[in-house]
Amino acid sequence: MDFSLTAEHEMAQKMVRDYAQKEVAPTIREWDQKQEMSPDVLPRMAELGILGICLPVRYGGQGMDFVALGLACEELEAVDSTLRVIMSVHVGLSALTLLQWGTDAQKEQFLTPLAKGEKIGCGAFTEPGMGSDVANIQTTAKKDGTDFVLNGEKMWISLASKADYALLTARTDFEPERPSDALSSFIIDLQSKGVTTGDIKGKLGVRAGSTGWISLQDVRVPAESLIGEEGEGFKITMSGFDSGRYTVAAGATGLIRACLEASVAYANERKAFGRSIAGYQLVQAKIAQMAQDYEIGKLLYLKAGWQKNAGERNTFETSMAKQFATNASFNAASEAIAVHGGYGYSDEYPVERYLRNSRGAMIYEGTNEIHSLIQAGYALGTRKDRPLRKEMPGFDADYWQSE
Amino acid sequence: MNIVVCVKQTPDTAATMTVDDGKASWGEAPLVLNPWDEFAVEQALVTQEAEGGQVTAICLGPETAEEALKQALAMGCDEAILIHDPVFDSADSLVASRVLVAGIQKLESVDLVFFGKSAVDTDTGVMGSQVARRLGWPSLNLVAAISELDAGAKTITVERLLEEGRQVVSGPLPAVVSVVKEINEPRYPSFMGIRKASKAEIPRWSASDIGLEGDVQPALTWPGISAPEMVGTKVEFIEGGDPVEIAGKLVDRLFEEKVI
Repeated sequence: MDFSLTAEHEMAQKMVRDYAQKEVAPTIREWDQKQEMSPDVLPRMAELGILGICLPVRYGGQGMDFVALGLACEELEAVDSTLRVIMSVHVGLSALTLLQWGTDAQKEQFLTPLAKGEKIGCGAFTEPGMGSDVANIQTTAKKDGTDFVLNGEKMWISLASKADYALLTARTDFEPERPSDALSSFIIDLQSKGVTTGDIKGKLGVRAGSTGWISLQDVRVPAESLIGEEGEGFKITMSGFDSGRYTVAAGATGLIRACLEASVAYANERKAFGRSIAGYQLVQAKIAQMAQDYEIGKLLYLKAGWQKNAGERNTFETSMAKQFATNASFNAASEAIAVHGGYGYSDEYPVERYLRNSRGAMIYEGTNEIHSLIQAGYALGTRKDRPLRKEMPGFDADYWQSE
Repeated sequence: MNIVVCVKQTPDTAATMTVDDGKASWGEAPLVLNPWDEFAVEQALVTQEAEGGQVTAICLGPETAEEALKQALAMGCDEAILIHDPVFDSADSLVASRVLVAGIQKLESVDLVFFGKSAVDTDTGVMGSQVARRLGWPSLNLVAAISELDAGAKTITVERLLEEGRQVVSGPLPAVVSVVKEINEPRYPSFMGIRKASKAEIPRWSASDIGLEGDVQPALTWPGISAPEMVGTKVEFIEGGDPVEIAGKLVDRLFEEKVI
């Protein structure tokens, strides 16, 4: 078993790290304090190809694999979670869902500009009245001739006010045989008549990003906006989460690393009782835990990435990777504050931002509790993966890298 | 234009050098493309984009130096060559410049050679000038801008960054140009460049490939190296009710310590 990364992976990882450290890190504290997203971030990530990193060249992407996506997310969140959130919703929920479920025409029309970074995508599932209970989505999409007319509200949507497209799930069947058959997925142009968006302020973390709401009032969309078939919305949404959660897992692993590096640096500098605090065992215990959790997080997400490359279903593994890494990043951030003492409680050091950012990831893309239920289902044998009508393709370098 | 950029693999600048048994050691520090050479690679690529032609990166180094060359390829260089031979292992700058010149002369009709300001480990900063002298070409160093380049007329005008300001210098091509960081902002490798570089087979030239089988003994040796003595420091905070009081107390302490 070869655990080493290829030269390609290492160079890609370094490139993303250099960008995030040189161009975002110096001012991220200020944007976090302002609770605004820097206007440079999306265009620059688009220009560098990061927004299309794992999408096929034939659709305007960069032709790298799913492991490269994970490595990029690790480096981005090591600077700030908002950078990785962009990847989660633009690449994970939106672009990769189109890659898996879209028709050739939809890939041409919607996936290509997303892969090139010419358009920005987001995922719109959560509503004011529902989050985990996806089957209970209330936003409606009623057939009118060949069009659909959408009405409803989506809330807690990352990039709501910045995105051009939303991969959105709505109710199309009002008397379904099973609740999960009631839903369908659409790709919505957020400039359509009847769509309004806004930002949510006052979040605990991810403040240098964009989280908001989308309101739909009699939004008319053509039949070509339907992704997959009517009634497949639940399955499409869940498979989108397999992609999104993977990026969260990788990113949270990067956050653990950021906590570790900050703690090691501070522990070596700070003196107490005549020597550096790195020499005290209780400080060492915290750092050792962070180091261990970083390695475990990497193993879990890289295995999921490897499975994605192989075209293997990875819902269980991605769930474990996401739950583990997000919980561990919250613990790491809390202990990093402890290592920093009083200074950890102020925004002079980044560790308080790491803690605030880490908490959100334990809620979105499946709460901790939902992930426990998923994993219990697999472990108990009560949950089995049924084949999907369209599976996410495994990585094929020839297909991904040819024009 | 036929452009060459000479690069080196060095320890990461975050690395700390220690002295073990009279020898310098960088420990387990990761090895990278010499940061100053990134500016040289970028300028070579900018020149190629303006004037056309080919950019070849050349490196004298151990086998691991292939990674530095791959970084140059990923940034956009067309070709890369590693000059590697055990006889060059303890090369000083005189030997290194001789080797690089032999490599440059093995390529056809080179018009321009770029260097970074210096290597972050040895930090001699003389390679560009030594190579130029051996080639018989003008040496333009501390270059912060190339204001004119005429490939047809074979002329180049640069701005050199001096302490006193900038100096404009013109000269003929071919020339050796050693650049400073003010000249550009190195590009990140593209993902396509990364894929191309990772698959590249980099040719290796030995001493015999470049016609240097004879005496390549360095003129310099390094019989020993020692770390400077650690100087302990003490910090004393001067407290007081207001800046005037604090300043008065500080002056008193400076008198006591015989600083003033």
